Amino acid sequence: MTEAAALRNRAEALAAPLPVLLAEAEHLASTVLLGEHGRRRAGLGDQFWQYRPATASDEARSIDWRRSARSDSHFVREKEWQAAQSVQLWVDDAASMRFTGDRNRPTKGARARLLAMALSVLLIRGGERVGLFDEELRPGRGELQLLRLAEVLSRPEAAADYGAPEARGMLHHSRAAFLSDFLGDPAPVEAQLTKAADRGVRGALLMVLDPQEEEFPFDGRTIFESMTGAVRHETLKARDLRSRYLERLAQRKARLQDLARLTGWQASVHHTGEPPLPALLWLYRALERRR
Amino acid sequence: MWVLGPIGFTAPTLLLGLLALPVLWLILRAVPPAPIRRRFPGVALLLGLKDEDHQTDRTPWWLLLLRMAAVAAAITGFAGPVLNPVPERLGEGPLLVLVDGTWADARDWPRRVARIEELIGEAGRAGRPVALVALTDLPASDLPFQAADAWARRLPALEPKAWEPDPAALAAWATGLGGDFETFWLSDGLARESRAELLEALLVRGPVTAFESPRAVLALRPARFEEGEVRLTALRAVPAEAAQVEVAAFGLDPSGIERQLATAFLRFESGATEAEVALSLPPELRNRVTRFALTGQRSAGAVTLTDDSLKRREVALIAGQGERERLRLLSPLHYLEQALEPTAELIHGTLEDILLANPDVIVLADVARLTAAEAEGIQAWAEAGGLLVRFAGHRLAASDVSRDDEDPLMPVRLRAGGRSVGGAMSWGEPKTLRPFPEGSPFHGLQVPEEVTVTAQVMAQPDPTLAERVIATLADGTPLVTRKALGEGQVVLFHVTANAEWSTLPLSGLFVQMLERLAISTRPAEPEATDLAGTVWQAEEVLDGFGNVREAGTLAGVAGERLAEGRPGADMPPGLYAGEDRRIAVNAIGAETVLAPAAWPAAVTVEGIAVAEETDLKPVFLTLALMLLFLDVLASLALAGRLRGPRQGLAALLVLLLLTPRGAEAQTADDFAIAATTEVVLAHVLTGDPTVDGVAEAGLRGLSELLFQRTAVEPALPMAVNLETDELAFFPFLYWPVTADQPTPSPEAYAKLNRYLRSGGMILFDTRDANLGGFGQATPNGRKLQALAAPLDVPPLETVPPDHVLTRTFYLLQDFPGRFASREIWVEAAPPDAEQVEGMPFRNLNDNVTPVVIGGNDWAAAWALDERGVPMFPVGRGFAGERQREIAYRFGINLVMHVLTGNYKSDQVHVPALLDRLGQ
Repeated sequence: MTEAAALRNRAEALAAPLPVLLAEAEHLASTVLLGEHGRRRAGLGDQFWQYRPATASDEARSIDWRRSARSDSHFVREKEWQAAQSVQLWVDDAASMRFTGDRNRPTKGARARLLAMALSVLLIRGGERVGLFDEELRPGRGELQLLRLAEVLSRPEAAADYGAPEARGMLHHSRAAFLSDFLGDPAPVEAQLTKAADRGVRGALLMVLDPQEEEFPFDGRTIFESMTGAVRHETLKARDLRSRYLERLAQRKARLQDLARLTGWQASVHHTGEPPLPALLWLYRALERRR
Repeated sequence: MWVLGPIGFTAPTLLLGLLALPVLWLILRAVPPAPIRRRFPGVALLLGLKDEDHQTDRTPWWLLLLRMAAVAAAITGFAGPVLNPVPERLGEGPLLVLVDGTWADARDWPRRVARIEELIGEAGRAGRPVALVALTDLPASDLPFQAADAWARRLPALEPKAWEPDPAALAAWATGLGGDFETFWLSDGLARESRAELLEALLVRGPVTAFESPRAVLALRPARFEEGEVRLTALRAVPAEAAQVEVAAFGLDPSGIERQLATAFLRFESGATEAEVALSLPPELRNRVTRFALTGQRSAGAVTLTDDSLKRREVALIAGQGERERLRLLSPLHYLEQALEPTAELIHGTLEDILLANPDVIVLADVARLTAAEAEGIQAWAEAGGLLVRFAGHRLAASDVSRDDEDPLMPVRLRAGGRSVGGAMSWGEPKTLRPFPEGSPFHGLQVPEEVTVTAQVMAQPDPTLAERVIATLADGTPLVTRKALGEGQVVLFHVTANAEWSTLPLSGLFVQMLERLAISTRPAEPEATDLAGTVWQAEEVLDGFGNVREAGTLAGVAGERLAEGRPGADMPPGLYAGEDRRIAVNAIGAETVLAPAAWPAAVTVEGIAVAEETDLKPVFLTLALMLLFLDVLASLALAGRLRGPRQGLAALLVLLLLTPRGAEAQTADDFAIAATTEVVLAHVLTGDPTVDGVAEAGLRGLSELLFQRTAVEPALPMAVNLETDELAFFPFLYWPVTADQPTPSPEAYAKLNRYLRSGGMILFDTRDANLGGFGQATPNGRKLQALAAPLDVPPLETVPPDHVLTRTFYLLQDFPGRFASREIWVEAAPPDAEQVEGMPFRNLNDNVTPVVIGGNDWAAAWALDERGVPMFPVGRGFAGERQREIAYRFGINLVMHVLTGNYKSDQVHVPALLDRLGQ
């Protein structure tokens, strides 16, 4: 529990300077629970949003007569759509996330969890509902949810080499964020994203990479092993592989971008060597600014 | 020594190094330092990526294999591999190496010596004393045991003898053996009675190992002369499968050089040990045969010398009475012919011709007068060993020959007239013969009662008469007299050779007397009694290998020993000359039978073949070096450093390594193939590049024209170097003459003459008809004369208007080239060539003229460049082109003439042929 507390502490610290995250409510249909912030579009809500000229399809009772009286045409008074958004997170906990190229750098997994937790803190403070793609941690709100999140995220990692998102309880029209290195098989990611697109889920993909993975600073005869040792590749001149590795990495990134573009998601890369704040900002904005 | 199959190793421990090869394999792979293990999640992206320069980084397997092979070869090489290592033979105590040393050993004597050398060497290494004894050359004293080296030094002097061991001497030697020793017996493989006894004696002393060669022993019995044929019998020891051996007869040719005169094949039937062949030789040839030998057999047993028994003497018969027609029975030669025909070769003819034939005997029947030249010739011939036999007769009796002075060609002086006894006009009875006295060649012949003499010529009583008489009549008057004349002798029968004066020619005694005089062939084998008391001197002897050698100063052999027949050290096989004849002693007698030696079970029999111990070390080391060299090249190539000049150099080196020898033969073959695949015109290289180029271009142009216009489709012309190239492939040679070309060598001239004789044609072109007519002294003309002098050129004439050259393809009368001289020389027509009435031309030579000589520079007129445009101008304007056209037509006619001969000339016969066909 101390670890969970520590994680939370650090996350709190990270989240502290940020304004309250107000996730924009895009749809209301399925996530009917209204949040405290508007969605910057007309819809169900309390606060005035705009007047618009009435059309034939508008019911007579919807006309704001007060406004209409001030001019010749009829206006309808629209209110801002205010809804609490559900945000579901997937933080890759596979063995590959345990990697760090430097003792002084956090592992990718740690950075991903930190980011996820900070995001959760922000979102929950903004009145959103945050959960994991997990049955036991449905999106919820409140401090307690943060504690639960921290606890679940601090669990021991899985044994698999590479993680695959398992969005089982994906809510329609909710938001989602996938934090992973995306070095494994891209097919599950693709499947989940497609599924998400089908369900109207938007979100962000954050690729968390160690600088070594980005630079491939190796040379000489090397046997590369995955974190569990299940996958290995031997080369006599690692340096010669660099360009092709980088090319493949770029391909992988491009593929993620493509995927994100197709499904209406956003994708970005975060290196553990960099401070986490820009990544958190990006995540925050990616979940917020969708119009 | 460690032996593995046929290969042994002198330093086998070094082979353990081969165990290091797998380790070396790992090292030689040239793998970088041990790999770093890295945990790296990005490995998923690496999967499937291959190292780009995998090929160089990891040594390719074939290069690795090359290096391994090199190292393996080096290791194996240093381990001292030896092919067919000689196994060590264990044994102790003194060693006796016994060689039969007979003619049968000679067939593989070097191998035997090698085997002995090896056995002695082994014994030497084991420190055993060795004695080497040849049974045909037994040591006088006890076994000569000595150190092995001493024997090894003397080994080259060991030779097989042409005879077999003397059984008696062998037995005596065998009983005298003492001490214990081991015996290695190198047997010749023939059964011999003396062998068993000796073997018994040796087995008492110690173990015996026999060595025998599997190679067949072949021998040749002496040639027999039967029914006009020479019969030869070959023997073999082991009745094996059917086989065929060749027998060759050797003898002197007329110029005195020994040659192979005849060959025949002897066929052994399967399971037979004897093979016979009858050789029918012309007497001329047969008399020259000195020996028969089985070809490919190097032993005295395979050679049989021939002696007089095979010879038939050549007897020249000359009668005095010209060519008058007479009754046959009265012919002075009839009875001689009858008597001699079966046993001698008779020669008829004029005395001059006969003397040239150098007969053994000349019989002059009643020849009185000889011209001085004839007499001189006969005397010279007789003094060189000829036997002159004269018969008396009317002419001799009537002549003055040897009347007052003894004629050199008469044994005695004759009294005038002779005498007649028992005739119608005389008193007394016809005389009979007195028995032949001792010392007479006729001694021992029975004198028949019925032989009577009615007339004879009488000898003058001279002091020498008594010793010259070899037969007398009952009253003591000489009937046959003889005197020596140089090497030869003169014999006079005082009666006629026909039955006119005596009945002697009618009796069998006549034949016997002729035989005794060695006029006719004697019986083959002399009787022992004949030989008793005589001494024979060896003229030629055979050594063990069957080579005939001069006998030198060998001691004479007693006739008794000769009659015994078995050759030995005291009587080596050879040709023995006695007083009046020669007898051959051969290693193989007429009754000899060969049988393989049988060894008891106590004797180990081994093969004689010494597998040659071959040191393979150099081979392996060279192989290793070559592999390393290849490795260097291959490594450089792999590293990409084999570029530019280095590449060329390396390719050159590899080529040098791989180039098989004998490339020259290849080119000669290529030349022959190129020249014979199609018709090829050729020109002789003069050494002047311009002239050669023009000649080549000219022939190319001519070839093209031939191709266009005729059925002759020549390939590109070829240049011919007279010294090196074969000429026989070319139907036609164009020979431009330059003033300074080298004169061909005598060999080249021989080749040229052969070429001309076998139907080739050379077109000599002095290319100077513009300077002066042919035959005038231009430099080229003089050179042509010098060049052609050694050639076999027939008489020449300028081309007659009806020469076949004028009509082989085109009808021509001019033969211009670049110049238009009309003087073209060809082989002259035979002087008797007559023009037949109604024929347009004479029936001329039946051959292709071997040379055509002119100076019109035809090649220049024919020459076409690569585009088919004439290279040189000819004449002027249209007339010049016409001249070129005629020049081409001449060339076509010439080639047609070469290829078809006088085919067009044969048209003279067309009317006759049509007539014969009834048209």
